[in-house]
Amino acid sequence: MIEVENLEVAFGKGGNLKQVVKAVSFSVARGESLGIVGESGCGKSTVLRSLAGLDRHWTGRISLNRQSVDKNRTIEQLLLAQMVFQDPYGSIHPRHRIERVLAEPVRAMKKGGGWDRVPKALERVGLPAGFAERFPHELSGGQRQRVAIARALVLEPQILLLDEPTSALDVSVQAEVLNLLSDLREQQGLTYVLVSHDLSVIAHMCDRALVMKDGVFVDELDRADLQAGRTHAEYSAVLFQSSFL
Amino acid sequence: MPVPDSTSILTVRNLNVNFARSTLKAVDGVSFTLGAERLGIVGESGSGKSTLGRAIMKLLPNSAKIEAEALEFAGTSLGEASEKQMRKLRGNEMALIMQDPRYSLNPVLSIGNQVAEAAKLHLGLGKAAAYKAAAGMLERVRIADVERTMRLYPHQISGGMGQRVMIAMMLLAKPRLVIADEPTSALDVSVRGDVLKLLDELVTENNSGLILISHDIRMVAAFCQRILVMYKGRVVENLVRLEDAQHPYTRGLVAAMPNPRHPVRRLQVLDRPSIDAAEVRS
Ligand SMILES: Nc1ncnc2c1ncn2[C@@H]1O[C@H](COP(=O)(O)OP(=O)(O)OP(=O)(O)O)[C@@H](O)[C@H]1O
Ligand SMILES: Nc1ncnc2c1ncn2[C@@H]1O[C@H](COP(=O)(O)OP(=O)(O)OP(=O)(O)O)[C@@H](O)[C@H]1O
Ligand SMILES: [Mg+2]
Ligand SMILES: [Mg+2]
Repeated sequence: MIEVENLEVAFGKGGNLKQVVKAVSFSVARGESLGIVGESGCGKSTVLRSLAGLDRHWTGRISLNRQSVDKNRTIEQLLLAQMVFQDPYGSIHPRHRIERVLAEPVRAMKKGGGWDRVPKALERVGLPAGFAERFPHELSGGQRQRVAIARALVLEPQILLLDEPTSALDVSVQAEVLNLLSDLREQQGLTYVLVSHDLSVIAHMCDRALVMKDGVFVDELDRADLQAGRTHAEYSAVLFQSSFL
Repeated sequence: MPVPDSTSILTVRNLNVNFARSTLKAVDGVSFTLGAERLGIVGESGSGKSTLGRAIMKLLPNSAKIEAEALEFAGTSLGEASEKQMRKLRGNEMALIMQDPRYSLNPVLSIGNQVAEAAKLHLGLGKAAAYKAAAGMLERVRIADVERTMRLYPHQISGGMGQRVMIAMMLLAKPRLVIADEPTSALDVSVRGDVLKLLDELVTENNSGLILISHDIRMVAAFCQRILVMYKGRVVENLVRLEDAQHPYTRGLVAAMPNPRHPVRRLQVLDRPSIDAAEVRS
């Protein structure tokens, strides 16, 4: 479903040039859930943004659904992959009511007015219909993150790029959101790339995980590795040690 | 584990917060005292943790009605303090690390200037020295590539970098009371360990009190000496060890955490009717 070859991302120019992602390659099968863990600032969100078509600093090859995609995407290509952002504050327009937050992407992608999809979208993530009329600052952090997931789902993408989707959530809502994500994947055959610093979340959700440090992948762990805490690189061993698991 | 200092830094008695548009109290009759210790507050999303933290700092919007029998910080009654007095206390004597760091940083000032400003203000340093102190502190919170990062603006740094920038600014101020609202939620676990160690050093060195708000129960249990559990605006349990949890809500939270050693297909979710029933009985 996703194939990435020699993806490189650099920001800045000349002496200020910073190579953030360094020639990484990976692929994700249809219906698979791939986890990415790694040091803060190592480039995880940048990888996801490149996949989602939100960042144009990349070079290399990305193909989604067997189609090679460019930095400038067609609407159909943009519809393939939706991203749930790391911070539920910055990613939702502070002065728009929730109904508008949910309808906006539908209109932006020229798929209709979007308003008719709002009740279903809220219901899907377990929020009461009345929230449609609220403003983001009237919701708690966790409620906002459910809105963010609802917004990504409203376009019915085949790929969900999840950037720390539950790091702002308490464990009880996290359990609900993770179960929701598992169900959606099962029912609709969605493909996930999930970034999290929480190894227990990765172990629960993913078939496979890549460990990233300083712009490259230093380790790859399968389901059994994740469950047993078995690692093949020094850095991933440190991650397991500091996880209080 | 050392016995918490009994002289209190913060006293909260019967604190209530009501938002205009809501019939339910966001904070409902909360009482606790804080000494020179690490106190954790856990509870689900919307249970009122951030509202409690902001009420103590008097940073709630006008639509919020705050009432308390007592709200005292180091001998000062915060209830009676003017906005001018509060501004002086905030960032000096009491600090709040907000849940979303990039939101609370000034978007039009470079990171270097913001942190240096904190050093100027709190250490009374000149421009060059403040810049150097800022760089040193950013290094201590494990920002890699400090020089470059200082030239960036808030929207150009990662979520975890933003949290550490906020923490660095607070470490320069050395406040008596630190309220950290999800201060490490965007940090990878290895950096998180270092940041927690720094927070602990700050608290120990200055005899300060720390309130750590987090949904990460494992981390709070490992780091804090005491844990308050909040549910629907109320403190339902005051624990020293997580294992001692009695309330069905707390037990439900523990059971909802994924555990790699015991993989399950679906995670347990809270049985709200039975929790609410227990609430009514108590
Ligand atoms: N627009 C930009 N301009 C300059 N540098 C940038 C920009 N966006 C990201 N970076 C840099 O790229 C690096 C990686 O950032 P990224 O957000 O991908 O990290 P991350 O792995 O997601 O970290 P975290 O776990 O803290 O969210 C950082 O050093 C950051 O400063
Ligand atoms: N400005 C506001 N106006 C109206 N209601 C609000 C406002 N701020 C918060 N609330 C409501 O008050 C309750 C408590 O919110 P608060 O942000 O304190 O929760 P929290 O425990 O910090 O949650 P989270 O873990 O998701 O951050 C929620 O139901 C929220 O919707
Ligand atoms: Mg990120
Ligand atoms: Mg909060």
